[in-house]
Amino acid sequence: MSVLVLADHDNGQLAGATLNTVTAASQIGGDIHVLVAGDTSGDVARAAAAVAGVAKVLIANGNSLDHGIAENVAPLIQKMASSYSHLLAPATTTGKNIMPRVAALLDVMQISDIVQVIDANTFQRPIYAGNALATVTSDEAIKIVTVRSTAFDAAAEDGSGASIEDAAVGSDAGLSSYVKSELSSSERPELTSAPIVISGGRGMQDGSNFAMLEKVADKLGAAVGASRAAVDAGFVPNDYQVGQTGKVVAPDLYVAVGISGAIQHLAGMKDSKVIVAINKDDEAPIFQVADFGLVADLFEAVPEFEKELG
Amino acid sequence: MKVLVPIKRVIDYNVKVRVKADNSGVELANVKMAMNPFDEIAVEQALRLKESGGADEIVVVSIGPSQNQETIRTGLAMGADRGIHIDASHNIEPLAVAKLLKEVVAREKPSLVFVGKQAIDDDCNQTGQMLAALLGWAQGTFVSDIKIGHDKAIVIREVDGGLEHLEISMPAVVTVDLRLNEPRYASLPNIMKAKKKPLDSITVEELGVDVSPRLTVVKVEEPVARSAGIKVADVSELVNKLKNEAKVI
Ligand SMILES: Cc1cc2nc3c(=O)[nH]c(=O)nc-3n(C[C@H](O)[C@H](O)[C@H](O)COP(=O)(O)OP(=O)(O)OC[C@H]3O[C@@H](n4cnc5c(N)ncnc54)[C@H](O)[C@@H]3O)c2cc1C
Ligand SMILES: Nc1ncnc2c1ncn2[C@@H]1O[C@H](COP(=O)(O)O)[C@@H](O)[C@H]1O
Repeated sequence: MSVLVLADHDNGQLAGATLNTVTAASQIGGDIHVLVAGDTSGDVARAAAAVAGVAKVLIANGNSLDHGIAENVAPLIQKMASSYSHLLAPATTTGKNIMPRVAALLDVMQISDIVQVIDANTFQRPIYAGNALATVTSDEAIKIVTVRSTAFDAAAEDGSGASIEDAAVGSDAGLSSYVKSELSSSERPELTSAPIVISGGRGMQDGSNFAMLEKVADKLGAAVGASRAAVDAGFVPNDYQVGQTGKVVAPDLYVAVGISGAIQHLAGMKDSKVIVAINKDDEAPIFQVADFGLVADLFEAVPEFEKELG
Repeated sequence: MKVLVPIKRVIDYNVKVRVKADNSGVELANVKMAMNPFDEIAVEQALRLKESGGADEIVVVSIGPSQNQETIRTGLAMGADRGIHIDASHNIEPLAVAKLLKEVVAREKPSLVFVGKQAIDDDCNQTGQMLAALLGWAQGTFVSDIKIGHDKAIVIREVDGGLEHLEISMPAVVTVDLRLNEPRYASLPNIMKAKKKPLDSITVEELGVDVSPRLTVVKVEEPVARSAGIKVADVSELVNKLKNEAKVI
């Protein structure tokens, strides 16, 4: 039995979610290989080789693989698949884009967004926005799985150095080409792995008011997130969205400001260790999941909170 | 140009789902059902394309029991031209859905398939990508903007780091995200008109696809509920609790 993990990366850095996926792979058992498909991804391959538990890194380096174009990466994985019992990828937008394409090419049903490995064939995954947990088992020859990073610890980056081998690049399917990216740049920690997250909702009223949350975030070393309503209203970019159809976070502390607590939002944060809600409506459903609820006007409470942090 | 829009019938997003006492699944009896919200966005995008002269026919297709015809009627009332119902049991997995849709594509020959990025019941986020693979077509996933050209389209994708612009060749499968548009409501006259629009029903057997499930659901459970917290009186009590009790700051 051996497991292939598709690395998520931007050619420069290995995305943290890959480390959590390696942990899920180690719970399945067997040798763990990591595939780094991209362009000029030597640094990423070296980072992957240093992850504890990884036996081998396969690097497929070529122009057609840049930016994780699914039509080019999927056939590559399809060709390698016969050597593996499991193909894993983090349930990031990269993994979600590529793995179902691989699954269909191999005529296998994918198991999406697992939160628990029960045994090598059996996994637990949330359905209905996390209002139910399904345990599913697969008896297919190969298991194709995406992994929710917040449900698994990150593997350590102190491995003894796995071997790095070249893998075939394959040809360009000629179906899609990358044009450009508009990436949000931030000095703050990455949302899905930050120890503290402070999120704003429709109650923030305006994008400029997020500056209040940013000040708190800077004092706490926190990431800033948002509800769908805040993203839809254009207060903040799409990649801030926490929830069923956005990002899932599970920090030590989650602070929800001016967020009502719809089930679709709760789906993305209810596994946080400590939840704080600041909302002026004492009936808001967010208070049902909050460890500490403060019924207050956020425009007074948030600046005061920042001041009290010293 | 024809646009095919697969629409799924799911529990309405406002309903709080309940797990069945025997842990075999969630309660579907007497629960309000609706079109998957992402599929409403997909239908809306197809309608806008038609209204701007970029498409001439919109076909909606739904796979599931006979009640799915209601969902198809909703799509027709929004403005789609024709409906196809593929009669099947509740539990059709994304891979089988993609195989059935591939057969529909072979019959209908659309230039674009607009799919929801995710069904809010199974939360799989697979079907569009699988269909694109089976067809050997380009895929534009999690799309929040689309510009259709002659034989290519430029899509803007919502990705973890922000946005990505991608050029995809057509025919293509596009999976739509929340920010693509705001779907319209069907007006009463259009609901009446939709009753007369063509709706064909075909069986899985006619399409010759093996839809037997590949995964076995062992059990479905309720997640552990969070224990109720407390209300704090003011900001200083909050900070005090976070520092000294929860020890998270
Ligand atoms: C298919 C689908 C997918 C979805 N996916 C997601 C998702 O991934 N993530 C997500 O978040 N949502 C998602 N939603 C949307 C979700 O259903 C809610 O509409 C959304 O979460 C509401 O955002 P909100 O709490 O910011 O806004 P509202 O519900 O409008 O709440 C605003 C809150 O702010 C409070 N408030 C207002 N002013 C103040 C003030 N001055 N001081 C203090 N409090 C104040 C109000 O009391 C209220 O509770 C999805 C919906 C659908 C249909
Ligand atoms: N039974 C179905 N009938 C029609 N379309 C479906 C069905 N199941 C899934 N789809 C389409 O595939 C999308 C993604 O579903 P999923 O992969 O299950 O998350 C949905 O938004 C629909 O557009």
